[in-house]
Amino acid sequence: MDLSPLAPDILFNLGPVPISRPVVTTWAIMAGMTLLCWLGLRRAQVHAGPLQTVLEVIVTTLDEQIAAIIHRDHGKYVPLLGTLFLFVVIANLSAIVPGVKPPTGHLETPMALAAIVFVSAHVMGIQARGLGAYASRYTKPSILLLPLNVLSEITRTFSLMVRLYGNIMSHEMVIAIVLFLAGLFLPVPFMLLGILIGIIQAYIFTVLAAVFIGAAVSTEEIG
Amino acid sequence: MTIEMWSIIGAFVAVSFGAIGPALGEGRAIAAAMDAIARQPEAVGPLSRTLFVGLAMIETMAIYCLVIALLLLYANPFVG
Repeated sequence: MDLSPLAPDILFNLGPVPISRPVVTTWAIMAGMTLLCWLGLRRAQVHAGPLQTVLEVIVTTLDEQIAAIIHRDHGKYVPLLGTLFLFVVIANLSAIVPGVKPPTGHLETPMALAAIVFVSAHVMGIQARGLGAYASRYTKPSILLLPLNVLSEITRTFSLMVRLYGNIMSHEMVIAIVLFLAGLFLPVPFMLLGILIGIIQAYIFTVLAAVFIGAAVSTEEIG
Repeated sequence: MTIEMWSIIGAFVAVSFGAIGPALGEGRAIAAAMDAIARQPEAVGPLSRTLFVGLAMIETMAIYCLVIALLLLYANPFVG
């Protein structure tokens, strides 16, 4: 048994490319989400069926929540942020299914998600405000703070990645240790706590991504 | 003492002392948020959202310590 949480978990090789367990789980989650949306919206009607109603409720709630954070035409950012939230929730909660390890518990998946947030915040900021106005954000309130502003861009992306990874991975490890020490039934309350942790971390990840994008696209100063 | 033993001690010190500060900070933040919700129950939506973001920011410090501990235990650059 390999205990190191940083080691890659290779399942099989596809030619020269090693395929790890998080990649397989990620693709399974994406396929499941796509299939669910296709099933729900295959025959979209005004008098919606049960599945379409559930999807509409989810989308409406996400839209309201994001509108409360990003004040300026938030509709453009709902697809990205909503997909991030739904994916991270399902990835965190995939630990409920026996035999599945959450892909967010390996460093690569949170790294990719944080990189998506990092790049899209800059691209959307430049699109919304123009290159000059966007770049001038880094020289406020004083040109002396330019290195600190650039540094904070890097550290907040890093902490976005490490927060998700650290929480999910350490939770998996706590369950493993408790199972090792105490046997079959004591881990059950910890696993219930894991559901809470998974949903809260997905919420925090999305809210922080929304705050970053909102700060990039708006002219007023937000944290 | 070998590097491995020092690494274990370092990981232990990093996690234990790195958890104290964020724990105190999060306690203060939650107490302040509770106080604000008790005074103004209708502001619970924005308050809890800001609280979650703030807690995430505070928690980052503890998670940095966790990363240091993990690096010391599993990816130590000074061990062969």
